Amino acid sequence: MSGAWVTVLKRDLLLAFRRRSDVATTLFFFLMVSSLFPLGIGPEPAVLSSIAPGVLWVAALLAGMLSLTRLFAADFADGSLEQMLLAPQPLTLLVTAKVLAHWLVCGLPVVLLAPLIGLQYALPSDALSVLIISLLLGTPALSLIGAIGAALTLGVRGSGLLVALLVLPLYIPVLIFGAGAVAASQHGMSAQAHLSLLAACSLLALVLAPLATAAALRISVE
Amino acid sequence: MLTVQNLACLRGDRLLFKNVEFELNAGGLLYVLGENGSGKSSLLRMLCGLILPETGTVFWDKKTIKEETEGYLSNLTYIGHLNGLKDDLTALENLTMSARAAGNDVSEDKAFAALAAIGIERCANLPARVLSQGQKRRVTLAKLWLAKGKLWILDEPFAALDIASVSRLAAKLGEHLASGGMAILTTHQDVTIHAQSIQTLRLSE
Repeated sequence: MSGAWVTVLKRDLLLAFRRRSDVATTLFFFLMVSSLFPLGIGPEPAVLSSIAPGVLWVAALLAGMLSLTRLFAADFADGSLEQMLLAPQPLTLLVTAKVLAHWLVCGLPVVLLAPLIGLQYALPSDALSVLIISLLLGTPALSLIGAIGAALTLGVRGSGLLVALLVLPLYIPVLIFGAGAVAASQHGMSAQAHLSLLAACSLLALVLAPLATAAALRISVE
Repeated sequence: MLTVQNLACLRGDRLLFKNVEFELNAGGLLYVLGENGSGKSSLLRMLCGLILPETGTVFWDKKTIKEETEGYLSNLTYIGHLNGLKDDLTALENLTMSARAAGNDVSEDKAFAALAAIGIERCANLPARVLSQGQKRRVTLAKLWLAKGKLWILDEPFAALDIASVSRLAAKLGEHLASGGMAILTTHQDVTIHAQSIQTLRLSE
């Protein structure tokens, strides 16, 4: 059983490696969006650092969403999704492998790039570390929830926009706690509460999202 | 043993077929015949559990495939219209990984031998992107040489194959049936497969 899980993960990572440009698109999107704000708003450090948590979190969230449609679409078109459904292993488990691959490829690089962008916004160093931790705890929830949207819109025309409409409302709690954690640490308060809630969001998503995704995949393939 | 009772399929508001019944025992081969659009592929997908039947039940060893999902799926090899190959992976990687993802832990040597058995070993290290339609089909069909399960459900397995590959596949099917396997297939070609019992099921509108 674990063999199949590891294989699905490895296959997706290998495919991502062979199509590096797709990964680069996500990262550049994050880089560009978060660099546009300082250019548009002006270089006032006080203003920049006060909008930083929200802007960085929204940029990370949109960047992750950009790649969501690719999560199952290729598998659906070439028939590997059918085969995944017919594997004796529970589909929910295989889904978690795919989502983990998506997070490693699209979520983790954004987390690692975020402190660099944070400097551009004159974020102090302790806020920067809270930013990294909050993204690290929150982005898995984004991938997990996004997978439900990606599965539901498989084979639907204009699925890119539809995923956004389905998934963005569900991202709101993650955004609030994530940006809230960074803002709290900027104001000299403890980010503990926000971070705990963020971790709770991710854990809840880990339990529920794969079930919903698997059910949605079965409907889409039928 | 696969038993099918009173199966009906509704796609949209069109009834594709109803009252489909058959029983397939070890060594049995079932041809599903019918015109284009008569529901052959839908029937095969329904037997796999990919489509839920409108009425009727599919039994595997006297239990419904819903109760017995894991046992049924570990005995099932389904090859549909889509090849399930990744363009960016080589033929060998595709075959090895798709077998492993289905819980069949094969070594690369075994996968290479399977490719050789269907005569495509020269392309083992080429990405699937550059293979022709027939070559892709052969890479997909090589899975049958690795399959451990008893039941093979094949949708147009002979389409796009050259004559030599058709006879290799027919021989493999004969071997599978002789060792107690079962096979259900659709085809428009006249291919001789040796089996103890051959049934045909004709779907008509």
